[in-house]
Amino acid sequence: MLKIENLHVKLEDEEKQILKGVNLEVGAGQVHAIMGPNGSGKSTLSYVLSGREGYEITDGEAHLGDVDLLDIEPEERAAAGLFLAFQYPVEIPGVGNMTFLRTAVNAQRKARGEEEMSAAEFLKVVRAKAKTLKIDADMLKRPVNVGFSGGEKKRNEILQMAMLEPKMCILDETDSGLDVDAMKLVSEGVNALRSEGRSFLVITHYQRLLDHIKPDVVHIMANGRIIKSGGPELALEVEQNGYADILAEVS
Amino acid sequence: MSAVAETMNVTDERLAGLTLPAGGWSDAARKDALSRVQMMGLPNRRDEYWKYTRPDTLTQAVAVPAALFHNDEAALFDDVERLKIVFVDGVFDADASDDLSLEGVSIERLATADADIHWARDVYGVLETNGQKPVERPLAALNTAFATDGVLIHVTGAASKPINMIYLHNSETSDVMLHNVIKLDAGASLTVLETGPAAARLNMVTEVEVADTAALHHIRAQGRDHERRAATHIFARLGTESVFKSFTLTANGVMTRNECVLELTGDDAKATVGGACVGDGDFHHDDTVFITHDAENCESRQVFKKVLRNGATGVFQGKILVKTGAQKTDGYQISQSLLLDGDSQFLAKPELEIYADDVICSHGSTSGAIDETALFYLQSRGISKPVATDLLTLSFLAEAVDEIEDETLREQINERMASWLERRRG
Repeated sequence: MLKIENLHVKLEDEEKQILKGVNLEVGAGQVHAIMGPNGSGKSTLSYVLSGREGYEITDGEAHLGDVDLLDIEPEERAAAGLFLAFQYPVEIPGVGNMTFLRTAVNAQRKARGEEEMSAAEFLKVVRAKAKTLKIDADMLKRPVNVGFSGGEKKRNEILQMAMLEPKMCILDETDSGLDVDAMKLVSEGVNALRSEGRSFLVITHYQRLLDHIKPDVVHIMANGRIIKSGGPELALEVEQNGYADILAEVS
Repeated sequence: MSAVAETMNVTDERLAGLTLPAGGWSDAARKDALSRVQMMGLPNRRDEYWKYTRPDTLTQAVAVPAALFHNDEAALFDDVERLKIVFVDGVFDADASDDLSLEGVSIERLATADADIHWARDVYGVLETNGQKPVERPLAALNTAFATDGVLIHVTGAASKPINMIYLHNSETSDVMLHNVIKLDAGASLTVLETGPAAARLNMVTEVEVADTAALHHIRAQGRDHERRAATHIFARLGTESVFKSFTLTANGVMTRNECVLELTGDDAKATVGGACVGDGDFHHDDTVFITHDAENCESRQVFKKVLRNGATGVFQGKILVKTGAQKTDGYQISQSLLLDGDSQFLAKPELEIYADDVICSHGSTSGAIDETALFYLQSRGISKPVATDLLTLSFLAEAVDEIEDETLREQINERMASWLERRRG
């Protein structure tokens, strides 16, 4: 599904290398988690894959299926099936959440040569999906993320994911700012979307999210590289001992 | 030539081409206004109040011709139940207008209102004269003297539908002065819509007397003719617990100066002036607002948003004056521009002058570009960069448009702006 090879990335404006040769392959239907200390390059990896400006790719490749991700615009990556759930979802005053969602869904459909969703059909689908995420009609009507609590913003991210039906979902510290109940709700939303044709890359600092979203593979990232990969037990090891042991082990 | 001599020269030349209409009941006001124009002289570029906007084309004897704009859109508010009053290049069009009758409202035309003791006599030129202090507004006095037509609206109850003045522009050389007077009796309410470019050059004055507990809602869309020029003034006086809300949408127009002069004279009055403008290229748009708080516990809001590109210029001069004794005043002022490129500019002069000690007044002014993070957020959801930019542009304008209270009218403005942006993308 997602294949990253020898990815090297620096900041566009300064001589600072952030990713120093990332190799990662996520198979169809798999859930991979990336953990790592602050500044290891986790969020940068999510931004570079989804096409945010400000980074320069100095070496390496990333493919989603047959699509060369690094060569195309963010909206084309989205239409190809990539989705990034933001750590800090952006507030957009004056643009209704529904308008935004429908514009996004139909833009992707159009880009893929599919028929656009009618207003009525869209409304039906979005209401059903919102209900399972406990997103009420008022939240759908309000401007995008404006006045939403931390938990509401993250649920709104998952709603977008559910509506856009991506193949490859990247969750960038989706657990940050969530209380226990909100994390459970968000995780249930994610788990409901797990399927054979859909893969996840879950970036997190904490093992507790992985209690809810059970990963197939856990990677430890440090200093711009993936330094260790293993099963779910690797996350437990980090939770108990921190990163020091692993860092010492590989250095 | 000295500045004074130059001003007098321009003023004399302008006045030489004009004759005072025979106005009956308005004659005294017109003659008075003419002498005020002669005293003040028309504005010139050295006037502090015209520092950011060159008045030349608004004051010169002959208007610069303006090519007509072939608009293929449906007329704004077309599907709103309303009473239409149509002027074509300043000339009343009876055939295109509705019957000027509406329950609780008396509607007449300035050009034909001939009663000896007319109610409008107490307002016509009176609010304009009040508004000449502390800042002179000679173009408004010029209008009081020479306006050829306009609408006189006296509201005694709750109007059942909006009155829509439609100003069409069919002559490339039209040079028009219209003067409207709106008087709302205690407890009365009305929505006034004004649409269209009106002329190659327009000088418009609207005087509004809002009595105690009355409410006026005003929405104006200034027409999309690229080469049109306009200097407009709204003078409003607000009584106790009255409401005055005015919103102006401006797209295109090579030169627009919209002045709004409000005086809150009764306690607990509420006033809002808002504007959204979208300028591209040869476009100069100036909002000049002066709000005087002269009563207790009143609220005023100024919300102006401008989207500028390709060398367009936006100006905002906004003042809140809180007089002694106007305690518990709540004054809010925001003016913001979204600069879509490096060629455009926004010039803002916010002013507060406060003589009461228990007031809240805030003001803010910003210029900025499209927020890159928000742009990326939208793109990451599959929305192309041009569409995302437009969504963020509408988002930027929303705070001003949201000042329109009526949801249907607000949505019409929003839809219109969205369709303009969409057409521009092609």
